[in-house]
Amino acid sequence: MALDKPYADIPGTTIFDAEQARRGYHLNMFCMSLMKPDNRARFLAGQRAYLDEWPMNEEQKQAVLARDYNRMIALGGNVYFLAKIFATDGQSFQHAAALMTGMTQQEYLQMMLAGGRSPEGNLYR
Amino acid sequence: MARITAGITTSHVPAIGAAMDLGKTAEPYWAPLFRGYEFSRRWIAEHTPDVIFLVYNDHASAFSLDIIPTFAIGCAESFQPADEGWGRRPVPVVQGHPELAAHIAQSVIQQDFDLTIINRMDVDHGLTVPLSLLFGQPAAWPCRVIPFAVNVVQYPPPSGQRCYQLGQALRRAIDCFDEDLDVQVWGTGGMSHQLQGPRAGLINQPFDREFMDRLVSEPDALARKPHIDYVRLAGSEGIELVMWLIMRGALDATVREVYRFYHVPASNTAVGHLILENGGVQQP
Repeated sequence: MALDKPYADIPGTTIFDAEQARRGYHLNMFCMSLMKPDNRARFLAGQRAYLDEWPMNEEQKQAVLARDYNRMIALGGNVYFLAKIFATDGQSFQHAAALMTGMTQQEYLQMMLAGGRSPEGNLYR
Repeated sequence: MARITAGITTSHVPAIGAAMDLGKTAEPYWAPLFRGYEFSRRWIAEHTPDVIFLVYNDHASAFSLDIIPTFAIGCAESFQPADEGWGRRPVPVVQGHPELAAHIAQSVIQQDFDLTIINRMDVDHGLTVPLSLLFGQPAAWPCRVIPFAVNVVQYPPPSGQRCYQLGQALRRAIDCFDEDLDVQVWGTGGMSHQLQGPRAGLINQPFDREFMDRLVSEPDALARKPHIDYVRLAGSEGIELVMWLIMRGALDATVREVYRFYHVPASNTAVGHLILENGGVQQP
C-alpha cells in the first residue's frame, strides 16, 4: 500500500520526503562537496567538468548550470543542500527564494517587509 | 543536583548571524529585530546558566544524506562552527559538557528514546545564531552548551508529541545528575517560513501567535498538532517548530512567561522568541 502523502496538495511546495531524497541523492551530495573552499574554487573554475565528476543525471546537471532551483527541487534537491550552490555564488537565501517565486529581488523584499506571502489562497492546490 | 531553571525559544535565521558578523545590526532593516533581543541580553546576563541544552537542527552541515539521525546528542568536549559554504562564522568554539551529555544520553535511551551519540561534529547557524542573539559577540561563550540536533530536513521529522515526550524524559535525566548545575533548555528554529518553490515567503502570523500562546498555556494539546498542519499552515520549513516542544516538555507544567518577541521579517522568516521560567509545579 502506498504511503499517505497529505502534503501533495500544498501549492508551490515540494516536501523533501524519502522518495525525493532518493531521487536527489547525488545532486545533494555534490552540493555538500561545496562546503570545502578548494571544491568551491574548482567548481567555479570549471562547472561542467566538476559536475561530470558526480553520478548525477544530465537533467540535474543542466538545472545546476542554469541555477534553476525549482527544477533542482523537482529533481530531488533540498534547499539546505542547494544553499551550498548559492552560497558559493555569494548569494543569500532571500536571493534564491526570490528566484523560485519568479519575483525580482526588490519585489520579494517588499513582499516580506509587508508581512510575507499571505496564507490566504495559498494552502490548497 | 542539576536543575532546569528556564527555557528559551528563538528562531535561528542565518541572515541574523551574517548581520552581526558583518556589523549591520544598526541598519534600518535589522535594528527592530535586534531591539527585540535587548531585554533578553540583560536577562541572560543575570541568569547565565552553567549549561545550555540547545535543541536545533543541522542544515546539511554536519549531516549530509549519508547519515540522518532523528535525534543526535553532542557529547564532545568542543564543537567548531561549521563552514556552510561561505566560511566559518567568526564566533567562539562551543564548549560542551561531556559528562552531563553522556548522563543524559544514557538516561534518555533507557527511557526508550533511541538517541544517536555524536562525539565529533561541527555546529552550524542553527546553533550559533541563537547564542549570538542572546550573548552578542563575546570572546568566549559564557557557558557550556550541549548541542542536540533534530532531523527536520528529510521528511518526516519526529512528531510534535514525540518531541514533547522527549523533553519530559530530558527533564527526568537532568533532575538526577549529581553535580549542582543550573541548566537551561533552548528550542530553536521557526517560526512560519518557507524557503523553497513558488510558495516561498509564506508567513502566517495568526498561526505563530497562537503557537506561542499554546506553547505556554496548553503544551499537551499543542503537542498533538499533526505534521501536515505545520507544513501547510506555517510553510515547509515551519516544521522546525516541533523542536520548541522539546524545550517545553523539559519545563514545569506551569511556567512564567518572562518575555515574548515577534517580528516579521528576518530574510524569509517570522522570528519568534520566548523566555519561560519554571513555575515550580512539576509535570506528572
